[in-house]
Amino acid sequence: MSEELAAVEETARRRGSRPIVWLAWFLLAFFFVNLAGIVFSAVVDSFGDNWFGNWLPQVWTTHYWSDAWHAYDLGQVLQVTLIVSVAVVIVSVLVGVPASYALARRNFPFKHAIMLVFLLPVMVPPIAYGIPLATAMYKFNTITHVQIANSMFGVILANLVPAIPFVVLTMTPFIEQIDPKVESAARMCGASTRKIFTRILLPLLVPGVLAASILVLVRTVGMFELTYLTAGTDSETLVVKLFDSISGAGIRAPQQSDAMAVLYMGMMLVLLVIALRFVNPTQLVTRVAEERDA
Amino acid sequence: MTVAPPAPAPARRHRPPDPRAHLSHRLAERGIDRTLWLLLPGVVFLVALFIYPLAYGLGLSFQPLKSTDPLYNYKQFFTDHLQRDTIGTTLRISLPAALVNVIASVPIAYRMRGRMRGKRFITTMLVIPITLGTVLTADGMLKFFDPAGGWFNKTLFALHIRTPDQPVLLINNYWGVVISLIISGFPFAFLLILSYLSGIDPSLDAAASTLGASPRRRFWQITFPLLAPGLAITFCLTFVLAFSVFPSAYLVGNPTSTTRVISIAAYEARSVETNDSKASTIALIMAVIELLVISVVLFGRGRLYRGSTGGKG
Repeated sequence: MSEELAAVEETARRRGSRPIVWLAWFLLAFFFVNLAGIVFSAVVDSFGDNWFGNWLPQVWTTHYWSDAWHAYDLGQVLQVTLIVSVAVVIVSVLVGVPASYALARRNFPFKHAIMLVFLLPVMVPPIAYGIPLATAMYKFNTITHVQIANSMFGVILANLVPAIPFVVLTMTPFIEQIDPKVESAARMCGASTRKIFTRILLPLLVPGVLAASILVLVRTVGMFELTYLTAGTDSETLVVKLFDSISGAGIRAPQQSDAMAVLYMGMMLVLLVIALRFVNPTQLVTRVAEERDA
Repeated sequence: MTVAPPAPAPARRHRPPDPRAHLSHRLAERGIDRTLWLLLPGVVFLVALFIYPLAYGLGLSFQPLKSTDPLYNYKQFFTDHLQRDTIGTTLRISLPAALVNVIASVPIAYRMRGRMRGKRFITTMLVIPITLGTVLTADGMLKFFDPAGGWFNKTLFALHIRTPDQPVLLINNYWGVVISLIISGFPFAFLLILSYLSGIDPSLDAAASTLGASPRRRFWQITFPLLAPGLAITFCLTFVLAFSVFPSAYLVGNPTSTTRVISIAAYEARSVETNDSKASTIALIMAVIELLVISVVLFGRGRLYRGSTGGKG
């Protein structure tokens, strides 16, 4: 298409759809203004006192931060959050990537049934399978006297249920786009299976695995329902503590939950900044496969 | 100029498995070989932690605490209007929220489908509410929309749109939950639709334009039919998010009446009544209803055009 034609087409597009364009921009701007308001309300409140209907708090203070830190034992909570999410990332990658390799490379009987098993946990709401899962775990506790529910181990297991399918669903298209001829060629040249894996596949998989891991990390830190149902008091992650402190309003100063919320927000934003170094924003919701445009 | 000889037909492509061949060879011809062992850990995990608990919950739901009638829990759920109405409440919240998310995303994503300045910036900003999650959004909303001193209502008072004795109530009711679902669901829907739109070959639109089609006609006759299957998927995924509204319905809604969604009913049966059998029943009903809505939408999608979109979609 020539430059001239493109320009004509562009002006035609502008002229033809002006009201809807304005409406779209207005909606987007309205959305962002309110979003900023919501985020900054929490940030300002966590540092303020005597707000009572003024535009800004009358007194600025950081003591709610130290209160929240001690009252909720946030050091321990952060440690639990970190251990749980890193463990979930490692296990889900170790289990999910081989499975997606088999799904990407082979056609076999009952493949659709297997795909369905990997798809369902993403489609069914977490509360709906979390309640039977937690019940089964508590039952297991009473029968074997091994603490699964109520412990960090149980929280990790529960969080693996959506994490493994997520890795499989994002890695399968990624592996499909790696040309199988590369592997065949290596085999023709006499490479052993292990050598093919370490020298050919692994280097090609690294970008996809990194992207999938960071997405699982973000999801696990943010996963509320499953952790809430399976955690005991000393295995709660930050988002569950945050929910507890908001829903138990009146017991503690609301600024303490804000301090926790801001801490959570800071953690998520750090993760987001890291994530965006490896994936582009649309991939956060769609898939890991590189889009080679732009 | 010579005519190339016809290529030899691929010989014995689909021959039946040789009965004398080794079993592993015959299996490999059907695609079963050692590679499939790679699937085993994942399948074992999901059978143990997803399929088995669901089956266990199903069994439990037929063993009610207070009765010998195996269907007691189900009868109880569908006759007690406090329980039965949670289905309607959940759908009244999640369907409009999912629809708004999809419908609002289309024009904005359509406008941004090509290359434009600031696209990466806007998409990055939109990822923020997805990562913040519903719990944090709820916390911020409680301050921002506070009827007495929140910035939202103070702005309306200052602009003389509302007076302080008539603030706009957007928390602790139906609207609070819908707004919270839009804040976390709209960016999600938008980014998905944007990626579907960039998968549609722009030369189709350009061709229609050359033939004199108006922008409106090009959208409705070229882009929309190609986008529709993607819209169905997007609707399903945002609906799944909106259907499990537990934290926001609890924190920014009115969890005892207008936003008593089905996940709250299930959670209360478990933690307040400690009735695992009843809780499992409600959880399973919840899963079945959600899967029903999704299959209706996907069935509708099956009737749409499903060919190539011409792009890299």
